Amino acid sequence: MKQYLSPLALNLKPSGIRKFFDLAATVEDVISLGVGEPDFATPWVMTEAAIFSLEQGQTMYTSNAGLIELRRELSKYMAKHQGLNYNADQEILITVGASEAIDLAMRALIVPGDGVLIPDPSFVAYAACAEISGAEVHYVTTSADHDFRLQVEDLQMAYTPNCKILVLSYPNNPTGAVMTREELLPIARFASENDLIVISDEIYSDLNYDEEHTPFATLPYMWNRTLHVSGFSKAYAMTGWRIGYVAGHPDLIQAMLKIHQYTIMCAPIMAQVAALEGLKSGETAKQEMVMEYDRRRRIMVHGLREMGLTCFEPLGAFYVFPDITATGLNSEEFAEQLLKEEKVAVVPGTAFGPAGEGHVRCSYAYSTQQLQEALTRMARFVKKRINSK
Amino acid sequence: MLSEDDRRLLHILSQDCRLTAEDLAVQTGLTADYIKKKIKQWEDDKVIAKYGVLINYDQLEEDRVTALIDVKVLPQRGNGYDKIAQRFQKFNEIKSVYLMSGDFDLCLIIEGHNMHEIAQFVSDKLSPLDVIQSTSTRFILRRYKQDGIEFHGEEERPQRLMITP
Repeated sequence: MKQYLSPLALNLKPSGIRKFFDLAATVEDVISLGVGEPDFATPWVMTEAAIFSLEQGQTMYTSNAGLIELRRELSKYMAKHQGLNYNADQEILITVGASEAIDLAMRALIVPGDGVLIPDPSFVAYAACAEISGAEVHYVTTSADHDFRLQVEDLQMAYTPNCKILVLSYPNNPTGAVMTREELLPIARFASENDLIVISDEIYSDLNYDEEHTPFATLPYMWNRTLHVSGFSKAYAMTGWRIGYVAGHPDLIQAMLKIHQYTIMCAPIMAQVAALEGLKSGETAKQEMVMEYDRRRRIMVHGLREMGLTCFEPLGAFYVFPDITATGLNSEEFAEQLLKEEKVAVVPGTAFGPAGEGHVRCSYAYSTQQLQEALTRMARFVKKRINSK
Repeated sequence: MLSEDDRRLLHILSQDCRLTAEDLAVQTGLTADYIKKKIKQWEDDKVIAKYGVLINYDQLEEDRVTALIDVKVLPQRGNGYDKIAQRFQKFNEIKSVYLMSGDFDLCLIIEGHNMHEIAQFVSDKLSPLDVIQSTSTRFILRRYKQDGIEFHGEEERPQRLMITP
């Protein structure tokens, strides 16, 4: 039946994660550090609000852009906590996860042949969504030398005049890297000088363990050219609800809304109700989770360094991205052999782009007991490799 | 005021008091020396009053009954409720004593092997006291959650996918 497929669908590469997922599924009793979602259940106040709304018969469509109460509360929340000013009527769109927002943004902006600058390594969907819309992907290499923070010189190298979009995602998946206001300023200047639209995926912004997160749209002159993408999945442990949002200039948001209304109609109402409750009363639960992640983060970094791996300190999200070259293995070999020998699943860095080579992504969204056990097994594996070199 | 670091330290200790100063240093980013000094100071100041274990006796075949006893008392001139509260707290059977707002004045938490033992204690030791006007005893029938830990109804959560982006 393949002859019926469009070349686009046919040529779209399956995610490198998928391949490893299939491999891991063949091994029993695996301790996995491969999951990109919280281990906590959604705070009960939010789940309970959704259950209550269902009992009340709130099971209908909402307006395309999302419940106005949710957009108003979000507008207030962003202003208060992040210094972001978006008007609820025209400048915020509630989406089915941040993933939909990224897809909508690409579709609304890209003319086939446009260039999209994407930091490498990064979340698997950016390049795929850009390609689905017919864009040319330009990877911008980031490296452990700069703690995987995007450098304007590297941006310069990857840039060609057909580039129209720059994707940013800090705190970053898979590296855990963050960027400070000072580090983002030259990136903002570069975006201005080259007339780029910035899709800034800040889904991990609440999981920032060092200083305050700087939303890209708050930098000088960046509000107009930034699509601020975020969601509830990570900070409120709501991955399965599929609820995210995008905020930006009304011209852009209203164009995205048109695509959204024909393809999705609206985000699920119960997820919107739960998210609304989260904004109103989920702050304490969120802070408790952040505190717990921070503790686990420290355990992981310490454990990985103890076993002889170089590991820069990740200050955001819930990932550690150690350098595994000391073992003499590449990313895929490391992940495969670790899985087979010690039954620990980590994700090869190359699943997130070529610059992930030499690294693996370890998630610490696990209990401390699980992390300790995984670290013990990894240490055994790593020491054996280092000693036999 | 507690510093953010100290608040974090106390929070982790309250979750697991078996962690060593070295473990705590890894988990907080503070030095083990600082942590040792701080814990010693908190112990001396009775900020850390006790290191405890939360036991779910319902899981054991143990006879153990807990009652909440609301007590209305006559406050005493010059001492208010303190004197009578201090008298209550001397009893081994009484595990907790709280001054409360509302209809009653003090709330006592009493543990015993069975209801009879507790009823006996109330009628023998508490009720005869002059200062006591009335008592109301309520027994705990089942513990669903205590100190943030769910004892019942917590089934194993469904597994996440093993690897996700």
